[in-house]
Amino acid sequence: MSLGQSVDKPRAAPASPSEAHPQPSPPLALAPHPRSAPLASGRLASIALGQAVASVIHDSVTREDAVLHIEHFRLWYGEKQALFDISMPIPRGRVTALIGPSGCGKSTLLRSVNRLNDLIDTVRIEGQMRLNGDPTYGPGVDVIELRKRMGMVFQKSNPFPMSVYENVVYSLRIDGERNRRVLDEVCERSLRGAALWDEVKDRLHESGLSLSGGQQQRLCIARAIAAEPEVLLMDEPCSALDPIATGKIEDLIQELRGTYSVLIVTHNMQQASRASDYTAFMYMGRVLEYGATSDLYTKPHLQETEDYITGRFG
Amino acid sequence: MSSETPSVVAAPALAAPALAPPATRAPSSDRGRRGRIGGTVLSSGEPMVWLTGGALTIALAMIVCLLALIVSRGLTTFWPAKLVQIRTAGGQMLLGEVTGRERYTPDSQMLAERPPADAERIRAAAAAGDGTVERRWLRTGNFDVAATHFQWIDEPLIVEETQPEWACLVERRSWGRFHGFARSMLVDGEPVATEPAAVWRAFDEHHAAARDRLRKRTRLAKHDLGAVSRRKNDARLDVIRARLSDGAGSPAHAAAQAELAREEVWETAENARVAAEIDALDKENARYQLLLATADGQEKLVPLAEIVRAYSANRLSWFDRLGVYLSRWGEFLSDEPREANSEGGVFPAIWGTVAMTLFMSLAVVPFGVLAALYLREYARPGLPVSVLRIAVNNLAGVPSIVFGVFGLGFFCYVVGVRVDQLLFPAELSEHTPTFGTGGLLWASLTLALLTLPVVIVTTEEALAAVPGSMREGSYACGASKWQTIWRIVLPRALPGVMTGVILAMARGAGEVAPLMLVGAMKSASELPIDGAFPFVHPQRSFMHLGFHLYDLGFHSQNSEAARPMVFTTALLLIAIVAVLNVTAVRLRSRLRKRFGVESV
Ligand SMILES: Nc1ncnc2c1ncn2[C@@H]1O[C@H](COP(=O)(O)OP(=O)(O)OP(=O)(O)O)[C@@H](O)[C@H]1O
Ligand SMILES: [Mg+2]
Repeated sequence: MSLGQSVDKPRAAPASPSEAHPQPSPPLALAPHPRSAPLASGRLASIALGQAVASVIHDSVTREDAVLHIEHFRLWYGEKQALFDISMPIPRGRVTALIGPSGCGKSTLLRSVNRLNDLIDTVRIEGQMRLNGDPTYGPGVDVIELRKRMGMVFQKSNPFPMSVYENVVYSLRIDGERNRRVLDEVCERSLRGAALWDEVKDRLHESGLSLSGGQQQRLCIARAIAAEPEVLLMDEPCSALDPIATGKIEDLIQELRGTYSVLIVTHNMQQASRASDYTAFMYMGRVLEYGATSDLYTKPHLQETEDYITGRFG
Repeated sequence: MSSETPSVVAAPALAAPALAPPATRAPSSDRGRRGRIGGTVLSSGEPMVWLTGGALTIALAMIVCLLALIVSRGLTTFWPAKLVQIRTAGGQMLLGEVTGRERYTPDSQMLAERPPADAERIRAAAAAGDGTVERRWLRTGNFDVAATHFQWIDEPLIVEETQPEWACLVERRSWGRFHGFARSMLVDGEPVATEPAAVWRAFDEHHAAARDRLRKRTRLAKHDLGAVSRRKNDARLDVIRARLSDGAGSPAHAAAQAELAREEVWETAENARVAAEIDALDKENARYQLLLATADGQEKLVPLAEIVRAYSANRLSWFDRLGVYLSRWGEFLSDEPREANSEGGVFPAIWGTVAMTLFMSLAVVPFGVLAALYLREYARPGLPVSVLRIAVNNLAGVPSIVFGVFGLGFFCYVVGVRVDQLLFPAELSEHTPTFGTGGLLWASLTLALLTLPVVIVTTEEALAAVPGSMREGSYACGASKWQTIWRIVLPRALPGVMTGVILAMARGAGEVAPLMLVGAMKSASELPIDGAFPFVHPQRSFMHLGFHLYDLGFHSQNSEAARPMVFTTALLLIAIVAVLNVTAVRLRSRLRKRFGVESV
């Protein structure tokens, strides 16, 4: 980590971002890589030197219908580059997990999808994403409208200081929805969807902050799915929860599969293997390998992936 | 960082041998050990605990003493004491309440001014003791007879001291208290009772009715006559308005003049009617009189209606005293002031204080919150914003009288005059400013300006304390910036905003200096909020407890008489500020509970 950064710094402080990448980024590596990929040390070393490394993306991913396309996406926090030329499709109706060591840019990538990073003044980006074909970056894009098409669940549950009911229907409220019947219906559907209905149906008008931690997180999930988002973004949704609450949320993610396209960040390998269809392994701002979860866990193409998943580094 | 650390450690190590010559090895090691001992005492923190704790104790003790003084003096003012009749060696007869005692050392110059016999007695008493003499501070009342309310009585001069059973204390509408004895009760100039018990029975019989008539008379004189003259004044102003807008001689002007003529006829009739009514009441009241006599026999005839309260002080049981005490408090809280504010109640001042504070809060909260929102949520952090923030903070340190000057110079003389020119040209042509002079509105705005920094600073802190995760959650739901602020940030920051309001009210309610310039009055005949349309009169000047206090303590002709009221008024002011604060604190804790904020 520290080695990577110290080597990275001088390279990542260019006057213009394109200077950092003199060579054009390679297109998606479609061909499945043989086991005889470069040695782990070699690949990591070239990343540490700031060289571009092609992502290994399995065929199984590219065959899927994608809801979101990430295209040559790069991001800088001030002078420091956090994402390097990321290109990946996110399959529709599936659960896609992002794994990788701490600080590798998972949250950054997730927050770039719904442009929450816009809130940080120092952030600068290049590249593009497309949600169902619509570009999400560019001068003509209405960020507010864009965010309404996505839902997000944060690592730390963040219910709003208002009643359970108002928390769930928040995104409808800000759209000016007044019809009580619509609101009631959405509230119940979302709470049922988040497996919370039975626990809170009698206390819908109590403060959302009066729920337990696990319930609060499910409340946030209910809030995120209330507007029927095209993509559901989850950033380590279980990291602050006990095993039982975690189990409930994992079951919930299983149920959401098919209805929603989920992009989830997790540190928990078991969780990724249990709950996701596809997994992308990130390292230092790059996607190293991306494929079906079962493939990645049983026969990864890259030595680094195997090392990380088996806990030998990271 | 790691590269600096060794050099820091190395420096003293290198310097030490150079500073300590080898010859003085033994003493230096001694000094070293003592230094270490000192170090351990200091590092153990004991002295700092004592220092900080002591400072806190002293500060608290001073505040407690101040409060205790005000509360004890303020609460005891109205308690009816016994009346003591004292005969002095000089033959003086005095009747009064002992309100204080002290020992003093008589000096020769003072003694020279006394009658020789008195001086001799005092000197002898002083010589017999330790050179000091005790004296009493006697509240004698009878200002109309004795031209003083209080008198010092030297203990050695007291020849006889009794508590006459029928000594009475009569509180009058003018001239203050009367201490003496009831001689007789007169109806139509004929005595109906002469025995003290019978006199007081007769007094009780007629007093309430006489007071009622007086109250009715006051209402007639103030409300009915006031309404009549207001109506006529309106008609007169209509004439001026018609002249100003349509020109003299225009049909509108003529119509207004005709209306004014009709009003004048009506006014004369109405005035005559009310005057007759008042006259009847006065005649009836003039029939009932109480003949009183001072302790030394001077007689005084007092109309019953002039008597606010009368009691035989030495015959009262404890419950009777409590009754008198509570009735005095009742009068104090609900009545208008009399006798240049030194007697009666302070109701208009309470009303003015509360109205002004609430108006101020209404003005300061929106401005403060909006300014803080801009500073915290919209302005791009940087040098200009930091400078602005420091400037706002410094605004809190500007002496309040400066705000008063600004309020007078800007609100009254610039804005107020413009408003008058636009909306009240008729009044202005009569040289009676409406908004162009001090009033509730300008006073509230001036104090709002004064307390603005407090609200801005606390609101900014509250806004900063709203967790970023909540804002992000809201943005992630597709909320715009303003929606996030309005629905998430502001509700969550509300308890903190309330803290700012509390601090602002505490500061504003007690502020006097600027008010003297922008509308607080020694006495105001009309309340700023009353039952007359349009109910709220922001242009009216008003009474304020703080200013009342200042006026009582330093501007009444008879500051001795006013002194008891000073403490009571101070107590009341503190109580009102406390009540306003407690209300706001209650509100805040409810908000906190509702929004699940532990502390802001
Ligand atoms: N607001 C920010 N300003 C500057 N740098 C940031 C900011 N947020 C993140 N970074 C940097 O960007 C890099 C990626 O951070 P990110 O939060 O995306 O990592 P992550 O993969 O989510 O890590 P974790 O698993 O610990 O959550 C890190 O090196 C981090 O220091
Ligand atoms: Mg993260």
